[in-house]
Amino acid sequence: MSDHEYTPKSKVGKWFNDRLPLLTLANHLTDYPTPKNLNYWWTFGGILTFCLITQIITGIVLGMHYVAHADLAFQSVEHIMRDVNYGWLIRYVHANGASMFFLAVYIHIFRSLYYGSYKSPREVIWIIGMLIYFLMMATAFMGYVLPWGQMSFWGATVITNLFSAIPLVGESITNWLWGGYSVDNPTLTRFFSLHYLFPFLILGLVVLHIWALHVPGNNNPIGIDIKKPSKDTVPFHPYIVIKDAFALLIFLLIFAFFVFFSPNILGHADNYIEANPLVTPAHIVPEWYLLPFYAILRSVPDKLLGVIAMFAAIFVLVILPWLDTSKVRSTVFRPIYKQFYWFLVADVLILGYVGAMPAEGLYLLIARVATAYYFAHFLIILPFLGLKEKTIPLPLSITEPVLGGSADMAMARNNSDFKEKL
Amino acid sequence: MKIFLKLTFLFIIISSLISSKAIAAGEQQELLKVDWSFKSFFGKFDRASLQRGYQVYTEVCASCHSLKHLSYRNLAEKGGPEFTELEAKAIASNFEVTDGPNSDGEMFERPAKLSDKFVMPYANVQEAIAANGGAYPPDMSVLVKARKGGANYIYSVLMGYDEPPAGMELDDGVYYNKYMYGNKIKMSSPLDDDIVEYADGTKATVDQMAKDVTTFLQWTAEPHLETRHKLGFRVIIYLSVLTILVYFSMKKIWSRIETKV
Repeated sequence: MSDHEYTPKSKVGKWFNDRLPLLTLANHLTDYPTPKNLNYWWTFGGILTFCLITQIITGIVLGMHYVAHADLAFQSVEHIMRDVNYGWLIRYVHANGASMFFLAVYIHIFRSLYYGSYKSPREVIWIIGMLIYFLMMATAFMGYVLPWGQMSFWGATVITNLFSAIPLVGESITNWLWGGYSVDNPTLTRFFSLHYLFPFLILGLVVLHIWALHVPGNNNPIGIDIKKPSKDTVPFHPYIVIKDAFALLIFLLIFAFFVFFSPNILGHADNYIEANPLVTPAHIVPEWYLLPFYAILRSVPDKLLGVIAMFAAIFVLVILPWLDTSKVRSTVFRPIYKQFYWFLVADVLILGYVGAMPAEGLYLLIARVATAYYFAHFLIILPFLGLKEKTIPLPLSITEPVLGGSADMAMARNNSDFKEKL
Repeated sequence: MKIFLKLTFLFIIISSLISSKAIAAGEQQELLKVDWSFKSFFGKFDRASLQRGYQVYTEVCASCHSLKHLSYRNLAEKGGPEFTELEAKAIASNFEVTDGPNSDGEMFERPAKLSDKFVMPYANVQEAIAANGGAYPPDMSVLVKARKGGANYIYSVLMGYDEPPAGMELDDGVYYNKYMYGNKIKMSSPLDDDIVEYADGTKATVDQMAKDVTTFLQWTAEPHLETRHKLGFRVIIYLSVLTILVYFSMKKIWSRIETKV
């Protein structure tokens, strides 16, 4: 970690620090040399930490009043909304907090894709991040089941039924997940238990994610390696702390707008109808943040292959550091990849859109094309583009483009020099 | 700052994509739109309308539809119809609830108190279905939130009874409604002019009653709506001021180095 040894000034501090170097850790975190050219897309790490803590705190309070029982869950949520002091606020923060969490995580992931933050030497940070993302989806899915509304029940039925596609043992696995022969009270209680557990697993992974980040240090918009500490870096505190705080506040303004003025716009009206196993809703749709994967699932005619495609869509992200063969990290210097990057963004948005639509006719066709393109992007375009693409010359240091106002091409060495340096 | 504009823009696109499925999925007639007093940032309930709405509920809807998540005390609480406590007690005492067991181990009937939940018209779902030709009259506590279109939808359905278009066959006990999903509803038109007599002298037209009862149901679905709006306004002001202060602090701190922030 940091090169210099830290010694606390006070005697007590030194005594304690020799036994448990918490102060060294705090010093490392505040001094942590951060590239000074980080843009606002880099503030989402802090925002996500805030989101996780908010979800955990509001969740713990909700857990005090919520009753995980098929006959009482819906009623207990209404009890929270009506009778618990500021229960409506806590629940709306928790429910909209999940959406804000995913909004932030998608921006965080796409930032990483744009600036090549997943590339060597940051592959482990990326993989831990993908694990966190996967756990987030599982947690959010199970959380959505807890109010025991119609979408809770039928969403759970659809998703758990996916496992029945597994040959031979599928049926047994599904029954094992349900704790019975359909989604029922045992399903609800185990989902509640796991929904309470997973955020703490995520918290642990977040610690590892940040730890792994602090080994090579932050990537930056130019995507080049920098000396640390140097005139290319600033200490984390106060520079990055205040910038993250500013970005967080803007984020909170949007968050507050949803919580106070349209708390239900991101949810589905059907979830205010109590779960009824005898009545199937006209359209079963997951929450918006799962829609692209839902579209991929439904675009494959075969159930088992659909499930495989859906999980492969996530797995392909895990192995991304080895699929992208380009040595240049930042898209700023990759003119052709830049276009494909925006195609991918559009593709995912389209998948999200058709995921919300009935899987028929034109929608299904679009979903199939978009699914095929999604995999083509990672499995065909990225490996070949990295080998073929002629990239723009990289600057030598951050200071260079920063002082020059923009990347000064005349001053910069060309790309082949850079590759030799690597 | 530009980035946050982009971000907000992106989010608006995403949320509009999500909400647009509402328009694309159902080829329903466009809902009637009312300029509700509870919409908008400072939206509040019209107190008189809530009280009239309660009257419509209790005299018309309550014979089939329950409000099982509400208690009689809610009627006297701030942000609701705000009946006086005496009025709410009087309302409650009109209903009989089963209590017990008493010291003899017997269940007994007594007039409802403020702390009791609203008495339900039927003992259970099966009885409700049996009494209504096979259709379950849904509980109305959160009905406004449970329907796409919310208050406008409820109002539209109440106003949407009409003669079926030529060629449409309707079974016995099924009625045509312009705004109902699938245009078929098993509830006959519940409102007729002057079906209730308003204490405050307001003329009880179908339109007036539909508006009043919808307002009342919006309140039952969101009893803390007024607090939410009030608190939300304060939170936004607080966050805005803090954001400005932090912005200038950030500028000041980053002015120590040449990099722009």
